[in-house]
Amino acid sequence: MITALWALGALALVFGAILGYAAIRFKVEADPLVDQIDDILPQTQCGQCGYPGCRPYAEAIAGGDIITKCPPGGEATIKKLADLMGVSLDSLDQTQNKQEKRVAYIREEDCIGCTKCIQACPVDAIVGASKQMHTILSNECTGCDLCVEPCPVNCIEMRPVQTTAERWKWDLQSIPVHVVEVK
Amino acid sequence: MPSLFQQIQAGRIWDFHGGIHPPSRKTQTSQKPIDSYSLPARLYIPQRQHIGVAGRVLVKVGDHVLKGQALTAADNAMAVPVHAPTSGTIVDICLHPSAHPSALPEPVFVLEPDGLEQWRPRHALDMLHADKAQILQRIQQAGIAGMGGAGFPSHIKAGAAAAVDYLIINAVECEPYITADDVLMQHHSDTIVQGIEILSQLLQPKAVLIGIEDDKPAAIKAMQQAVAGKNHWFVRALPVKYPSGGEKQLIQRLTNKEVPSGRRPIDIGIVVQNVGTAFAIAQAVLEDIPLISRVVTVVGQSLSRPQNMYALLGTPVHELLSACGFEPQPSQRLIMGGPMMGFTLPDARIPVVKTTNCIIAPTHEELPVAGPELDCIRCGACTEACPVNLLPQQLLWYSKAKDHTQLQAHNLQDCIECGACAYVCPSEIPLVHYYRVAKADIRETQREALKAEQAKARFEARKERLEREKQERAERNKQLAAQRQQQLADQQKQQIAEAQARTQAATTELTHAEIVAERERKKAEARAYQAAKLAAEQDIIQSAEPTLSADDRAEQDPRKAAIAAALARAKAKKAQASGEAESTSVEAATVAAAPALGNTVEPQSSSSDDAKKAAVAAAIARAKAKKAQASGEAESTSVEAATVAAAPALGNTVEPHSSSSDDAKKAAVAAAIARAKAKKAQASGEAESTSVEAATVTAAPALGNTVEPQSSSSDDAKKAAVAAAIARAKAKKAQASGEAESTSVEAATVAAAPALGNTVEPQSCSSDDAKKAAVAAAIARAKAKKAQSASNSEAATDPTQADSEPPLADSDAVLPPVPQDEPQVVAQPEPVAANPSAEDAKKAAIAAAIARAKAKKAAQNPQEPS
Repeated sequence: MITALWALGALALVFGAILGYAAIRFKVEADPLVDQIDDILPQTQCGQCGYPGCRPYAEAIAGGDIITKCPPGGEATIKKLADLMGVSLDSLDQTQNKQEKRVAYIREEDCIGCTKCIQACPVDAIVGASKQMHTILSNECTGCDLCVEPCPVNCIEMRPVQTTAERWKWDLQSIPVHVVEVK
Repeated sequence: MPSLFQQIQAGRIWDFHGGIHPPSRKTQTSQKPIDSYSLPARLYIPQRQHIGVAGRVLVKVGDHVLKGQALTAADNAMAVPVHAPTSGTIVDICLHPSAHPSALPEPVFVLEPDGLEQWRPRHALDMLHADKAQILQRIQQAGIAGMGGAGFPSHIKAGAAAAVDYLIINAVECEPYITADDVLMQHHSDTIVQGIEILSQLLQPKAVLIGIEDDKPAAIKAMQQAVAGKNHWFVRALPVKYPSGGEKQLIQRLTNKEVPSGRRPIDIGIVVQNVGTAFAIAQAVLEDIPLISRVVTVVGQSLSRPQNMYALLGTPVHELLSACGFEPQPSQRLIMGGPMMGFTLPDARIPVVKTTNCIIAPTHEELPVAGPELDCIRCGACTEACPVNLLPQQLLWYSKAKDHTQLQAHNLQDCIECGACAYVCPSEIPLVHYYRVAKADIRETQREALKAEQAKARFEARKERLEREKQERAERNKQLAAQRQQQLADQQKQQIAEAQARTQAATTELTHAEIVAERERKKAEARAYQAAKLAAEQDIIQSAEPTLSADDRAEQDPRKAAIAAALARAKAKKAQASGEAESTSVEAATVAAAPALGNTVEPQSSSSDDAKKAAVAAAIARAKAKKAQASGEAESTSVEAATVAAAPALGNTVEPHSSSSDDAKKAAVAAAIARAKAKKAQASGEAESTSVEAATVTAAPALGNTVEPQSSSSDDAKKAAVAAAIARAKAKKAQASGEAESTSVEAATVAAAPALGNTVEPQSCSSDDAKKAAVAAAIARAKAKKAQSASNSEAATDPTQADSEPPLADSDAVLPPVPQDEPQVVAQPEPVAANPSAEDAKKAAIAAAIARAKAKKAAQNPQEPS
């Protein structure tokens, strides 16, 4: 009896030690939740969620904030976040729809070269210098609107992104019959 | 078992999964010759007609261009130029609906033909001597892009660096209606073979396989004749099956090889070129005709004369149609490309481009519009029809659900959008459209993800940059501050050095003659006073004048001031001591103690680092004070002289430590001078009726001077000026009071003033030591009190003040200086204000305020009894 207890105890100790060692030695570095959330967010850095950038909001979500505060991300982002966080989509307010994608545009004739928008741009998508006309790299613009407010002459406006043939989405409704008038 | 190559050689062909057999309807046009048409009124030449980037625009509006002239330049590898299809004028460069399912406007050159068909100079390439790069460049410069439908730049495919096993010429033309390649082969098989030869020269394949569907017997025959005698060139007639013309399907049929998902044929050693491309290459290389026209099948039952046309690129579709007898039906449909993979045109102005092989103008009966979409019945017909072994049904569900992960898992990206699944679907579900939408969505999502990644990177980079800039700024500020401090220290050092130089210069310049002159001046002063006193006792202004002049002189010679300062302090003490010695002995003791105290504080503060010396000085001061007291008690004139002599000595003993401790010799000289002056003063005092008066008179400049060394030791010029002003004010006051009366009260008040001045001023010197300042303030307060009490007691008990007249006269004398007293009062806090250390500024201010109050009280008190 005693022998059996000893044997079992010794085995338990040995396996415990092996498992404990393995837990430390072969620890899998899981992608932290904040990083996963940050990857889902659209990285516009617009601050519309009330946090100064996407990562702070990701941290806030990880800390328990609601997931529907990201207008640029729209429904798709909310859906992904809901999947990740294990939140039911039904319980969420889904009134926020993804807006038309827009980018900032500087009316160059009105620009006075104050550099205020450059300082505001979170992704350095505005090119210009003091007393020189500025312009926006529309490919880099995230459409965050942050440059619109600081402009003292209101020369920045948000324009919808031009659809190109590459970006064109087949529209099921538009494909069927077209009446073509031929002279 | 024979090898793959042997099997191919033996003429074996394979099959691929699925596929359909739609009615071919090719006979409408396949037997007809290729026609041409009159030049259209305008050509709309899109700047980009291939996959890749547009070239750089070379022409501008109004330019006249020749046939075959390049309109854009190919600046990079993925760009091919476009050319003027005929000679004419560029009338506009604008946006025009594009030959794309979206028909989105794209930039086009609008060419108005002049009808002359003037060619630019053409130079055929000498194939015997041309190297590979030259041929490839020619192919690129001719603007040749895949003419089968995709529009991939041909020079990239033809310039593949990898070893090529098979060159496959795609002449399958599997879609219904289209016969462009068919008729091309029928009529231009020799040129096509020349093109294939150029391609083989570039790629050096093991074998050339020409795949033609067996419903084109004329084309097969023509090609077989053209390639006759060529080693390892095989014309393969393939049984009709849609979509055999798909690149990967054709490879599978001819070589039994499958191109892996996401790879290109070149990865398995195969290059596929369209037969039309081979024709265009031959024309470009051998005749220098760039890609400016192509064969287009114009077909459909809405046309009375359907046929193949040599269409100039840029010809609007409606021009081609009208050349073929187009009779539009109500709600006519136009299709560009084949009925399976083409797209409906929303606009008949859309131009023919490099990839346009067919334009269909069907009637409703011919190609009925798809009926309403019904629900999927899960029949599985689509799965059987799919040439790439996908599961169209699954893809449909996932497309509808927008489940991108599952779509990718089911290899949606491998779908070639052939439309076989939709063709067989009994529910008429436009499956391919769903897939296209889903593909576009996935592409967009990927683009967004990429953009988000870039935005994140840019955001991070910006944050990093801002942080770095902040740090750099801080670093720079720190450096600047250090620099400034260094500069300040240097400045201070320099100023100290300058001050030292000044004192040295002053002492060396003080020659015997100067001393004599000084002595003479003093004598003259004394005489002036005497004369003034004798002339009129009330006339203060007159008597004030010489002193003023004396002050002026003192002002003129600032260097003398330094020496005078030393004298001054000593004299002030002497005046105090002597003045009080004459009055009651007790008073003399207390008043004498005051300067002694003041002196003990002074060395400490100004040369605080030398505590020992200060202590010694204090001891000496105490001893001297005692002596002064004793001499006061003695009351004899001779003893007084001794005290007078002792007092300057006292001043001198202290001074070496405080002001010019580093220069003992100089101090000794100054002391000697001081002693000499004191003796003189004593002598003059003795000569005069009252010795005290002389003392006070000498005390006046002395007072002013006491301030000066301190001020000069501090680096502030302003302070010095202010101090000088104070000194002058004090001197005047002292003079006035001294002149007015020889009473001891006067002397006491005057003595109190320097005492105050002395106690306050050290504070400014020892600015960095708050404790010391506080102590000094306390001492100042104590002294002020003492001075006050002394004057009070004097006013009350002093026998010399028994006569009420002198105080009255005194008050008169004091009164005029009151306005002058004000500068003094204002000036007294000055040293405090100049106090560099701001933290004990408050303390100093309080002390100054107290001192001022006390001084006022002291000034008022003697007046009150009157």
